Amino acid sequence: MYELIVVGGGPAGLAAAYAAWESGLQRILIVDRDQALGGILNQCIHSGFGLHRFGSELTGPEYAGRYIRMLQHTDVEVALETMVLEVTADRQVHMVSRKEGYRVLEAASVILAMGCRERTRGAIAIPGTRPAGVLTAGTAQRFVNLDGYLPGRRVVILGSGDIGLIMARRMTLEGAKVLCCVEIMPYSSGLNRNIVQCLRDYDIPLYLSHTITEIRGRNRVEQVVLAKVDERRMPIPGTERVLDCDTLLLSVGLIPENELTRKAGIKMDRRTGGAIVYENMETSLPGIFACGNVVHVHDLVDFVSAESERAGKAAASYVLHKEEPQSQVLELIAGEGISYTVPQKIHPDKVGQTIEIFFRVTRPRNSSRIRVTSNGTLLSVFKREHLAPGEMEHIRLPRELFEKATGSLELSIEEVIG
Amino acid sequence: MTELVCIVCPKGCRLFVDEQKDFAVTGQSCPRGEAYGREELISPIRTVTSTVRIEGALCRCCSVKTDRAIPKSLVFEAVRQLDGVLLHAPIREGQTVIAQVCGTDVCFVCTRDMEREDTYESVYSGLGSRDY
Repeated sequence: MYELIVVGGGPAGLAAAYAAWESGLQRILIVDRDQALGGILNQCIHSGFGLHRFGSELTGPEYAGRYIRMLQHTDVEVALETMVLEVTADRQVHMVSRKEGYRVLEAASVILAMGCRERTRGAIAIPGTRPAGVLTAGTAQRFVNLDGYLPGRRVVILGSGDIGLIMARRMTLEGAKVLCCVEIMPYSSGLNRNIVQCLRDYDIPLYLSHTITEIRGRNRVEQVVLAKVDERRMPIPGTERVLDCDTLLLSVGLIPENELTRKAGIKMDRRTGGAIVYENMETSLPGIFACGNVVHVHDLVDFVSAESERAGKAAASYVLHKEEPQSQVLELIAGEGISYTVPQKIHPDKVGQTIEIFFRVTRPRNSSRIRVTSNGTLLSVFKREHLAPGEMEHIRLPRELFEKATGSLELSIEEVIG
Repeated sequence: MTELVCIVCPKGCRLFVDEQKDFAVTGQSCPRGEAYGREELISPIRTVTSTVRIEGALCRCCSVKTDRAIPKSLVFEAVRQLDGVLLHAPIREGQTVIAQVCGTDVCFVCTRDMEREDTYESVYSGLGSRDY
């Protein structure tokens, strides 16, 4: 019997396992389906990771390497090339691998750290033929950076998420011609620095308020049709342009990978696509925690690590102290201008000195106030000069605030005029 | 006056660089941003990341980076220098792949440990017990 089984050996799983070890757990197993620990970081060969966590700018493999080396000084066990098929409410973990066959392992606690996957062509329904050459940006990234294949020579990128921007530069450096990056929204969902150093540095145009309305080609992509969209994101007739290309990369969003979570019967949040969690990252099932992109998609891996360390500590505390079920629960409501919050629920009596609330806003805003209210009473206000849906925000609430709350807490945005 | 977006960290500060006033920078929130703003207009530099072929490892490519930034104008040439390089596993993070990239004193170094395929184990207890 393990004290903790961590499902997923990416940044979330690594940080959670290490924190649990540091907090006193001895029998820990990390299970991952890939051949190496590190998850998607291994294919993210660009730099920009670790400024918050390690105070230096690392590449993805280097960031993963730091955690892997930290784990080398522990007795944490690892099962690679092992697929978890099911996690039950009583924490039996079903898994299968070529080496060990089908196994059911029991654990006193489980941390779900499966990460997320990319939205595909099917998810955004682009009309046209079904040729080869349409792939997600992350798949292309894997082909180029791990397998050494260049998946195309003339490339159009749909979506301006960070992976798409990073791949625009990567494909260019490897000798492909990237014609443009197309974004349906009037703003990019990627980081500003990536627009500068991945597109502008290589003179790749970014078309905002545009989309791809058709894919053409028999066996391989031959053309795509580009069109402007109106405020309702509908293509404007007469604005179409035909682009000759052999590849369309999609960078159109990420979906937390929660098949195991749903099958376990854990309560989900439709807005995040992940489990509903408490402040210690515990799900609706006692002893089962979740952290990282499987809970909500983060912009920075540093915050994934921080969140996962909290989950690891909480799992250790659950196993070692067998805590009483908490009586009082405060709901955190996403009000005006807020698309979601994590955590969604709080045990006020479990909160330490402060608690960090992560959230995203529904649209870009200038000078704004983030209001925390309870039953109409204003409890706290935070100011921000700039807010954008692409940038995860967080505020830190002190313990005292929860004592003043009557009923649920609500977070909302109020723009400051003038 | 030139407006720039700082690329030093993911924050992306909006910088204003005044060429008339000895490239004075405003809008930054750290000293690194100030240095970037000046440098970007005087002689822009970039850290380059790419991959090289590796044999005997689990995957065909090993990730590399320049250990410091190189002039932006040399980026393509630097990446081309990696084309003929072939590594053999095992390799260690930080190991030099090319010294003196494009005649500068900058090196391409590996950014990942890669063990040999024939020592690979999928199930093991304790990372520390692994023999690389």
